[in-house]
Amino acid sequence: MRISFQLNGKPVSISSEDPQMPLLYALRDGLSLRGPRFGCGLGQYGACTVHLDGAAVRSCVLPVSAVAGLHVVTLEGLGTPSNLHPLQQAFIAEQAVQCGYCINGMIMQAAAFLQTTHKPTEEQIRAELAENLCRCGTHVRILRAIKRAADSMA
Amino acid sequence: MRGTTIALPSLQQGLNESRRDFLKTGGALVVTFALGVPKAARAVAATAAKTVATDEVDAFLAIDARGRVTLYSGKVDLGTGLETAFTQITAEELSVPLDRVTVIQGDTALTPDQGVTWGSLSIQIGGMQIRQAAATAREALLSQVATEHGITKEQVTVKDGVITPASGEKGWSYAEIVGGRDLHLKVDAKAPLKDPKDYTIVGQPVPRLDIPAKVTGTFTYMQDFRLEGMIHARVIRPRGIGSTLQTWSDAKARQIPGYLKAVRQENFLAVLARSEWAAIKACRAVEATWSDWQGLPDEAKVWEYVRESDSVSVEDVQKAGDSATAMKTAGARIVSASYDFGIHTHGSIGPSCAVARYQEGKLTVWSASQQTHLLRQQLATMLGMQPESIRCIYVEGAGCYGRNGHEDAAADAALLAKQTGLPVRVQWMRQEEHGWDPKGPPILIDMHAALGGDNRVLAWESEAFLPHKPKEQAVTLLAAELAGLPHDDAFPGNIQQSLGIPYTLPNIRATVRWLAQTPLRPSWIRAPGRMQNTFANEGFMDELAVAIGADPLQFRLHYLNDPRGVELLRRLAALSGWTGRPAGGHAPGAVLKGRGLAYVKYELYRTYVGVVADVEVNRESGKVSVKKFYVAHDCGQIINPDGVRNQVEGNIVQTVSRTLLEQVQFDRSRVTSVDWASYPILKFPDVPDVAIDLIDRPAEKPWGVGEPAASVVPAAIANAIFDATGARLRSVPMTPTKVLAALHEARRA
Repeated sequence: MRISFQLNGKPVSISSEDPQMPLLYALRDGLSLRGPRFGCGLGQYGACTVHLDGAAVRSCVLPVSAVAGLHVVTLEGLGTPSNLHPLQQAFIAEQAVQCGYCINGMIMQAAAFLQTTHKPTEEQIRAELAENLCRCGTHVRILRAIKRAADSMA
Repeated sequence: MRGTTIALPSLQQGLNESRRDFLKTGGALVVTFALGVPKAARAVAATAAKTVATDEVDAFLAIDARGRVTLYSGKVDLGTGLETAFTQITAEELSVPLDRVTVIQGDTALTPDQGVTWGSLSIQIGGMQIRQAAATAREALLSQVATEHGITKEQVTVKDGVITPASGEKGWSYAEIVGGRDLHLKVDAKAPLKDPKDYTIVGQPVPRLDIPAKVTGTFTYMQDFRLEGMIHARVIRPRGIGSTLQTWSDAKARQIPGYLKAVRQENFLAVLARSEWAAIKACRAVEATWSDWQGLPDEAKVWEYVRESDSVSVEDVQKAGDSATAMKTAGARIVSASYDFGIHTHGSIGPSCAVARYQEGKLTVWSASQQTHLLRQQLATMLGMQPESIRCIYVEGAGCYGRNGHEDAAADAALLAKQTGLPVRVQWMRQEEHGWDPKGPPILIDMHAALGGDNRVLAWESEAFLPHKPKEQAVTLLAAELAGLPHDDAFPGNIQQSLGIPYTLPNIRATVRWLAQTPLRPSWIRAPGRMQNTFANEGFMDELAVAIGADPLQFRLHYLNDPRGVELLRRLAALSGWTGRPAGGHAPGAVLKGRGLAYVKYELYRTYVGVVADVEVNRESGKVSVKKFYVAHDCGQIINPDGVRNQVEGNIVQTVSRTLLEQVQFDRSRVTSVDWASYPILKFPDVPDVAIDLIDRPAEKPWGVGEPAASVVPAAIANAIFDATGARLRSVPMTPTKVLAALHEARRA
């Protein structure tokens, strides 16, 4: 079947033999994106996070057919190396990366959150990111980066 | 949309057809940069012309005709910032701007074998090899210019890659002197190093070079790496660790569009497909029956299993005086305790992945391995090939904190590529990573001490039960084991380290009982052995301080005969606002607060770390919350202070997770904690704040920072729990169940 949707502001149409294939594989293998990442395939940890009509969703458990006609935004669509999103700027400023494999999820989750919650408290940020896992222990820097971005966006 | 699949020329095509695409770089042929391909992978068609001998400057460094410097590093950046630190060391010692240096890592055809990237040794050993090579090059270039122009070396200086005479005349750039040619120099161990007083790059918090790409989705991780015509594979794991494959059928998989075939060799069974999703579905569709293997011990009795395991040898790793006699001193008070530390998994956040290609008798493997040179040797053993016919190329993956599944995925891919002749990508699933990566083994340590009537420590004895170390320095490759191919014995790492104590006591004996067996395939995970041993040592130090009613800080200072250690602990006291008092005030209320201290001189000769943990213990639920860690840290010369802070913070937070939450679960057949629900790790709401005092000693040697701060965390938390509640935790993880049991015991005592 053919599935059409908006990807990072541009219309795309892909063919998939399996409408149940998770969106993640369409984005990574079909559309050659690298922002969303495979981590568990179970929706437990967040590196695969993308925005679906502005909401943060786990692309590893979302069937590709579910995005037909909707707007999908990935890390690549959030900002680019020459035109960084405030969160990307803040993660660089705070050096909030170790291996960086989870960072897509941290930024995409926080970006959707900051759209609706301005000037969040640290407790609110911690609660929002509770299901985004980081194994390197970069959490204290990630918190600082999100606070910095929230301030700059306020 | 433009695809980013990269067509890399084959070795033969590269040499015959695409010569114009190659740059001659200091003797090495390197493919011109292709967008989106990581630096290590770009260099796909090196020839034998490039030396990798560790005594040759050309093995480490090349200067091209534009004056750009390429550093060839056998140590690899595992997400620790090593690439940036090595760039700083190289740029500083050569006196070139930072942006002129590029690093190629872990490519067996291009980089010298600097050993496994382990043990917090990358800067300390690998970085110093690079520094010495760069100093040799700089001094040789200065000498050459001086000789050619009839002046002395003292009459020239170098800055920004230009050697200038004292007379003020126009100078000569490195590019003009040697650009594009080999240096032909042996590394000179006596080449003078730059005076740290003159450093402008080393010691600075240079921003990491990889972070912009990592926050914009433009970085190429191993999991992103693609070859043209590449096939996706998934391995079907046995039902039990030692199960044999009895029957299998891929009849249902054959219905899946894109499915190619299954490959079976003994107990190794894998499926190949044209797309990743088809491979995943095929893996689930294959029907296989396995023998009922139940060779694992009962998890509930794992400590009896460890204690009763046969030992292959007993070794004293530290000895002073005569502890056996001192333990029998008349009137002495004997204190004894047993510490245990459960099985941990690496829990890499991205499951292991590798790509392999076998063509015309040559095997190329792209892997996030921390040990590409050793991996090449292991693959040669497994596949019956000459190491020279195998090339392993590092591509950074998700963080690994020791030897996790990367090498096993590489062996899976290599086996499949050799069997099929197809370029194969193997991506492990989450349950494989949690279930099948090698584990940090269970470790048990018995402690005994004798206290004299004057409250002095007369004797200290420790006995650690550790899985033994065969000669080989590698962890068995899983594919070799499953496919019945030759392989090394299991090696758990140098886990006896830091069992010895940094305190001056009259009688000490630290003993290792090397065990013949351990339940799961063992390997090293961050601070392997050092963390478990330091947990026992520093927990027991706290117990002795309690036994004589001493302040834990003063008690340690009393036995510390090391000025750097003493300074460190005094700075820790200032940082944390430590108020001297015996541990264990017993306040009323449901939530109790306490603070605990721990100290290490890593492996008794390098990095010093002292920490104070502030915790809250809920007496009703048994939940421990770590609120804050204070860290005093002395690793000698600091290359990049922000890089050190990042590592220290990571050490603390990751080890709080390990200490409070983590334990591999298993039944008699296999690991049963195979996802993040059954093997939880620390989440944002429970992450402590971290305050750090970095002690920089530019004139000293640089020591490692990737592990030492992790090693003190479990003891500091246990000591803080005791301070809060009077309950002593001697077992990791410190789960609510264990905390409640310890509280119950403390109330009875």
